[in-house]
Amino acid sequence: MATKSALGGSVRRREDPALIQGLGNYVDDITPHGTAYVAFVRSPYAHAKINSIDTSAAQTADGVVAVYTNDDVAHLGNLIAQVVVVRGRPLLANGEVNHAGEAVAMVIAETTTQARDAAELVEVDYDPLPAVIDLKEAAADAALVHDDLETNVVVTWEAGPWGDEEGIAATKQTIADAKARDDTVSVTIEAVNQRLIPVPIEPRSVVAEWNAGYQRFRVHSSTQVAHALMGAIKTTFNLDANQVHVTAPEVGGGFGVKLNIYNDEILVCFAAQRLGRPVKWTETRREAPSSSIQGRGWTATATLTGTKDGEILGYELDAIADMGAYEQNFTAAIPFLGLFVGSGQYTFPTHWKATCVFTNTMTTDAYRGAGRPEAAYYLERVIDAYCREIGADPFEVRKKAFIPQFYEGATSPIGFTIDTGDYGTNLDKLAEVADYEGLKAERDRAREEGRYLGIGVSAYCEVCGFAPTALSELGFSWSTYGLPAGFYGTGLVRVNPDASVTVVTGTGPSGQGHQTTWAQIVSDRLGIPVGKIRVIHGDTEESPMGAGTFGSRSLAVDGGATFTAAERVADKARKIAAHLLEASADDIELDEAGGHVTGSPDSAVAWDDIAAAAYLPHRLGESSLEGGLESHVIFDPPNATWPFGAHLAMVEVDPDTGDVKILKYFTVDDCGNVVNPMIVAGQVHGGVVQGIGQAMFEEAIYDADGNLLTGSLLDYPIPTASDVPFFSLNNTVTPTFCNSLGAKGIGEAGTIGSAQTIVNAVVDALEPLGVKHIDMPLRPRRVWAAIQEARG
Amino acid sequence: MYPRTFDYVAPSSLDEAYSALGDDSKVMAGGMSLIPLMKMRLFSPGLVVDIGRIGGLDQIDDSGDHIEIGALVRHATTASSDVVKANAEALAMAAALTGDVQVRNRGTTCGALAHADVAADQPAGALACGAVMVVGSASGTREIDAADFFVDSLTSALEPNEILTSIRIPKTGAGEGSAYDKLGRRGGRSDYAVAGAGAWVKKSNGSIEAARIAVTGVGTKPQLAEGVAQALIGTDGSDDAVKAAAEKAVDGITVLEDLYGSEEYKAHLAKVYIARAVKQALANAG
Amino acid sequence: MEVSMTVNGRNVSADVEPRTLLVHFIRENLRLTGTHVGCETGYCGACTVHVDGKAVKSCTMLAVQADGTEIKTIEGMANNGELHPVQEGFWERHGLQCGFCTPGMIMSASALLDSNNDPTEDEIRHGIEGNLCRCTGYHNIVRAIEYAGAKMRGVEPPPPDWEGGE
Repeated sequence: MATKSALGGSVRRREDPALIQGLGNYVDDITPHGTAYVAFVRSPYAHAKINSIDTSAAQTADGVVAVYTNDDVAHLGNLIAQVVVVRGRPLLANGEVNHAGEAVAMVIAETTTQARDAAELVEVDYDPLPAVIDLKEAAADAALVHDDLETNVVVTWEAGPWGDEEGIAATKQTIADAKARDDTVSVTIEAVNQRLIPVPIEPRSVVAEWNAGYQRFRVHSSTQVAHALMGAIKTTFNLDANQVHVTAPEVGGGFGVKLNIYNDEILVCFAAQRLGRPVKWTETRREAPSSSIQGRGWTATATLTGTKDGEILGYELDAIADMGAYEQNFTAAIPFLGLFVGSGQYTFPTHWKATCVFTNTMTTDAYRGAGRPEAAYYLERVIDAYCREIGADPFEVRKKAFIPQFYEGATSPIGFTIDTGDYGTNLDKLAEVADYEGLKAERDRAREEGRYLGIGVSAYCEVCGFAPTALSELGFSWSTYGLPAGFYGTGLVRVNPDASVTVVTGTGPSGQGHQTTWAQIVSDRLGIPVGKIRVIHGDTEESPMGAGTFGSRSLAVDGGATFTAAERVADKARKIAAHLLEASADDIELDEAGGHVTGSPDSAVAWDDIAAAAYLPHRLGESSLEGGLESHVIFDPPNATWPFGAHLAMVEVDPDTGDVKILKYFTVDDCGNVVNPMIVAGQVHGGVVQGIGQAMFEEAIYDADGNLLTGSLLDYPIPTASDVPFFSLNNTVTPTFCNSLGAKGIGEAGTIGSAQTIVNAVVDALEPLGVKHIDMPLRPRRVWAAIQEARG
Repeated sequence: MYPRTFDYVAPSSLDEAYSALGDDSKVMAGGMSLIPLMKMRLFSPGLVVDIGRIGGLDQIDDSGDHIEIGALVRHATTASSDVVKANAEALAMAAALTGDVQVRNRGTTCGALAHADVAADQPAGALACGAVMVVGSASGTREIDAADFFVDSLTSALEPNEILTSIRIPKTGAGEGSAYDKLGRRGGRSDYAVAGAGAWVKKSNGSIEAARIAVTGVGTKPQLAEGVAQALIGTDGSDDAVKAAAEKAVDGITVLEDLYGSEEYKAHLAKVYIARAVKQALANAG
Repeated sequence: MEVSMTVNGRNVSADVEPRTLLVHFIRENLRLTGTHVGCETGYCGACTVHVDGKAVKSCTMLAVQADGTEIKTIEGMANNGELHPVQEGFWERHGLQCGFCTPGMIMSASALLDSNNDPTEDEIRHGIEGNLCRCTGYHNIVRAIEYAGAKMRGVEPPPPDWEGGE
């Protein structure tokens, strides 16, 4: 286990000096000489046959270089996706469009403006078809999205436990028996977990160059998964991995949007190759909802059965999940990530089912939390409703149902092995730091004054750092991109000849501070200060493989690899120092200055000399040591990691308007050991506010014809500074044994824990009025309507 | 750059501006409403007449029995001006709740009025304060009562060849006060109004002698709620009286549903915010 | 059309189409790419710069409207390598993650502090309402601005609150 020396410190970020001075390099800041620009012609219909496309006027417009339609790119096949079960996306619409905003033609011109002007000149003749939008109608196959298929259902995920049909039957029977008992109640919530538009503030952008001499692509893309994109390009264009160099420079927020391979990325490469010049496309905010994936989009019935005195006996979830019109990277796998945590951190029997359906809307895929916020939402909402129904304390009921503390793995009712957990201690700490009893008294006093304050609580358990690579059998790998590589971690640590350090990681951060955290890990092992360590990420040439950054995996998996690589470099540095000092390597300690014999600070050799010896191998003499001072580690953890925590919110509702104000928010998260508390706090803040965004503001609304009504930030309000309070962050520490750092993930935890915390709080506030449930987002109109309905 | 191509002139006098205006032209002051529409290519005038360089239009005059707010006075200035706060508090409050800091730094009060958004704040403030719109063109100047100025969604009484050069507001006299309040689309007072209300009242001998009440966000245009004003007059302005009067919030008003509220909800909010604005106006009246 | 302005103390001029937005003039003509474009509707604030000392969204202003003005962008905030107190605050209090909204956020925050260097929490939150951040949840941005305000007033900034902190 690491000592706390360099680990555990709130080191200021290495990436910040560039970013706070406007010197960061995002993709749209990169414009190679001679770049041509792309604008897409997009469908105004959600579902239509394309009779004809007339590009003649656009072809001759000012500055136009080329106009492409499906005819030009059909030979490249559909967009490759990792978990395609049924239907992938054509690069450009192939005779029909299946969602509003689908790309129909691609215009390339000397300037962006000329491309946009010319795009308006492309004439497309459509025959509109009925759109499939409503999830229940889609599941019932009332009309088909793809009329050559027999059903809209892509796949149904069912567990209880997973992969055990007899077990599922037994679980259903157990729950039916519980329901039949006289001393039990069943509480059901029918709820929507609405579609969300992720909105990283940086729109996506891609620029590609093709070198016909070397037969190589050079691609910059704002992606979380540079290697997967490299794989998709090499496979599409029938190249080797070493003919495609992808980098993700500064990435302005990802949240899962950039954990995908997009048709525009492939098309920009196609155009660059065809035209022999650099080609660039930068998404506009208004096209983003149809050019980038959306998230969530579930409707479900959740039922909890338990005794009248608070013992939960069974949980059932029956969900329909919206896939959109085509499957992309992980589309149909996202609900499966929810299934992983379908029974949460609890012991009660769980029967969990999600039916994944096509609709005539943009594709859904991973959005921060990806399946786990949905799973946690239903579970924790229905537990809350059960507690209200029987008048029980939400802390006590949960604690009774938790899996007791464990440190060497425990199997959940849904059938997966959780690494470590201590849920009761965590929840107790929440009650303490929030002063739960005091808040209840405050709420009750307010009620007497006619004010509507409410307290909401949610626990959560999530899964991240997906591993081991054996999971590739379930599709968790980049195999369809021509890269038979699972989600292992990669870390390369190299002490350079001047004793500076270069670290290469397979991750692709978009604000998570890997340049800092990774430097801390390496500094902890070598003693070389953080300021001398440079971290390279998101580069397919620097790192032979890398899974990328998603699923809160980076620290637990690639960080673990980096830790081990740093240890190996430290071992070798000790050996070199021992050789130079004529001492035993076991007696050498490393620090900022170099190596010295334990207890003899005068018997020391500087890092400069250790590095010099490594690169002037004759100085290693008879030691049998080879030259060089680096290590590259592939790390395949034994299991995913399973962070957990609990949140509490206090809200006030204005019953005259339905306006909700968040008064207080407390978290107690447990992500195991923490490398940089400052960065972890930032992840929690941001995650919680994205959950609050879902709970209170955000919703992708399609009308019955499939038109998106909330396509701009004007209609799709994400939280601003004045919508949220300061947060009180706290933690417990239950390390994982899955990596040397003992660290679990924290990137998504805030989002997974927060939405239901807010809804539970608002329902609590309105309990005196008889409100039992309100669907998100809790916009004032909806809260007010719920109050009116409850009042009758 | 996103807008479709257009011609641009930046005249240095109103007369030059008037002569530039035609059927396919649009007047631009701050551009906070116009430029986003042009960027989205939802609106593409052939000629933009930028009045931003015309001298003298950025003044707030305090003369005689009224104040006058020029065409280039920014929201931020309207919101913070002592003269406006003293004489048109409802308008100052509405300006303070318009957009965000950057929008308030560029956008103009007159521009927001001329844009006539159904959910904008300042029209309700101007209506409540009894503003008179001063409109110029090559053929002279005319005055339009605020009550006649807002015609429909994004439609004012301005002709294509006219410019809203200033607004005049009668000075606040003894016993008079005004206020504006709203529910914003993001909750609280943030963003455009789901429903908002401006109120002006005149108290005399313990009762309300005159009142003007305006609503925004709920219908096809910002407009006066005449029924509420009539119901308030003669009452003592007590909470009960205000509440009773507010019941007439949408009498004669066509309430429209949008993403932010059903007809029922918006009608209800109009009552709530009228009551809140009236109470604040009464308090401001001293 | 010919436009001239002062950007970060430097006189610049160019011939531009009237439809050229100020942000594109800054990014493409001047190659000052620290000013970002995050939306089309003037909502996100990533493009915020100072025009004659006031925070303005440069995506909602035509370059021709800026003719004759004095403009400051994020690249003009540090002074001979010394960070502006707001930049320092963002670094010290982890006021940024992906950094994309950061230049605009810093420009809004510095304009706010120029007019009031001791703002309340509420004044800070409303003062940056026109700048969207998707990463930080705003907590540390508000803390960063508090830090900068303290620095500008010459007092010791409050300590960080990575834990607890309500």
